[in-house]
Amino acid sequence: MKSYILGDSLALFGRHMTLLKRAPQRILHVTLMPIMFVILFGYLFGSSMTVPSGDYHSYIMAGVFIQIMLASVVNTGVGVATDLKNGLVDRFRSLPMAQVSVLLGRTFSDVLLNVISCVLMLSVGLVIGWRIESNVIKATEGFLLVLLLGFTMTWIGCMIGLLVREPQGVNAVAMMVTMPSTFLSSTFYPLNNLPDWLQAIAQWSPMTTVATALRELWGNPTGNGADPALPLRYPVLSSALMLSALLVVVIPLTTRAYDRAARKG
Amino acid sequence: MDIAISVAGLRKKYGETEVLKGIDLAVEAGTVYGLLGPNGAGKTTIVRTLATLLKPDAGTATVAGFDVLRQPQEVRRSIGLTGQYAALDAGLTGRENLVLVATLMHLGRRRARARAAEVLEMFDLTHAADRPVRTYSGGMRRRLDLGASLTGNPPVIFLDEPTTGLDPVSRIALWELVRKQVAEGVTVLLTTQYLEEADQLAHRIAVIDKGRLAAEGAPADLKRTVGGERLEITVRAPEMALAAQAALARVSSVGCAPPVVDEDGLRVSVALENGIAGVSAAAQELQQASVEVVDFLVRRPSLDDVFLELTGHHKGELETANR
Repeated sequence: MKSYILGDSLALFGRHMTLLKRAPQRILHVTLMPIMFVILFGYLFGSSMTVPSGDYHSYIMAGVFIQIMLASVVNTGVGVATDLKNGLVDRFRSLPMAQVSVLLGRTFSDVLLNVISCVLMLSVGLVIGWRIESNVIKATEGFLLVLLLGFTMTWIGCMIGLLVREPQGVNAVAMMVTMPSTFLSSTFYPLNNLPDWLQAIAQWSPMTTVATALRELWGNPTGNGADPALPLRYPVLSSALMLSALLVVVIPLTTRAYDRAARKG
Repeated sequence: MDIAISVAGLRKKYGETEVLKGIDLAVEAGTVYGLLGPNGAGKTTIVRTLATLLKPDAGTATVAGFDVLRQPQEVRRSIGLTGQYAALDAGLTGRENLVLVATLMHLGRRRARARAAEVLEMFDLTHAADRPVRTYSGGMRRRLDLGASLTGNPPVIFLDEPTTGLDPVSRIALWELVRKQVAEGVTVLLTTQYLEEADQLAHRIAVIDKGRLAAEGAPADLKRTVGGERLEITVRAPEMALAAQAALARVSSVGCAPPVVDEDGLRVSVALENGIAGVSAAAQELQQASVEVVDFLVRRPSLDDVFLELTGHHKGELETANR
């Protein structure tokens, strides 16, 4: 049974790749909004945004990469709910396969989708004048962190899809995860203008930590004040820990949700 | 007799509702067994339990000799499941769907491709093999779905309302495909809301109602349990219907439901006994009561009558409930 995990996951990975090849516009669904953000925020509001020790163009890109990864929640969640709804999950469950492959095939194929989106976004960033000011190793570390965030988000998306079961409902629930993550953190604006209590919450948001880590790794301004919260003093390590902890919690919950969802009448 | 599916004391609760209240079944290998019942009777729950998708609260079940609780993986290797919806990926082509299923059954790459081609041919889908399933008609999807459940050459297949929502032509075509499989020795467990479908396909039928087995047997035997011929008369005016009902009550067969008047108030039907003598007695009674009969019909009992008798549900009621 264990020996089937790899082969079965590859078969299902292949399924998602075929679907992506047939409908490549899905990449645009994920990247169009962040591209709009870069243009709108970068050019229209950018002039009114002040980032301590840096300019807004180089500040916003980390946030945009985070936004793309957060879109995985909806993307993956809708896909999982659709499989459940049209009975595909029932079919998989009646096959002598490694069941966890259904989730592995999907999450890993969504990582690949994220890689493609990142390359696209990287090009857009370079065109509007964003630059990575560090070295190749640090830059790569940054992108690996982006993908780790995306991987975590696809698992959260899987879980929401399995619990909500309705593709339309997934959108609404996913928004409740992605909206606060995006706007109650330093993804798009420095926190220094927020009231103190809100600043305290936002500083502890995992998204603020990841954003700070990315900015540090890419040599972009972090926009954090002189005495930030603890995770922001060691942003790379904190991000890795926070995301790993999330995965350790979410993966078993999701596998359980898969089991339950498939077992409901 | 070789038993392909056996079920004993199966119980299942969803929260507070008990959907299976102790089901016992035995299905002979190489036959079609029909589970017939209104919506919510528990048919689908039985199928899902046998297909290892659900865990029962009590009871045992074996499929192809394997215990569904203790040997789920072996059971899965021996079954094909066609559910109420065509469980296919609409974005993949017919061929890709079948290759995926075959791969997940661990047939190996080359054999998976060969088997997919074979199934497409068998189900007359070769011409559409490389088109996304999204473009298929309802009938084609059901055919492909049935094909997908046969990909691994399973000895047992479960068909959960396989023709619901299909047009009559596609329905008959699917029945043909099922018969062909049975002729090759496959055992079929079929749930259906269509009495005609059970009558056409099943060697034995279990009528399920509210989580219990209401009756079990060959279609012909079940029909016999509700008495002999049915006489249906139509009277000229509604006020005659009651007189006709009273007249027919005197000849209705013992132990059967008394004559019933239809909703339109003009048609009265009754189960008769003693063949032609019963018809003659009925005619005499009607004449004596001076009921004006404008139309009459004598017919063999149908599964519809069985159903009405056993569950108190009309067939019409049953079908609307399922919609």
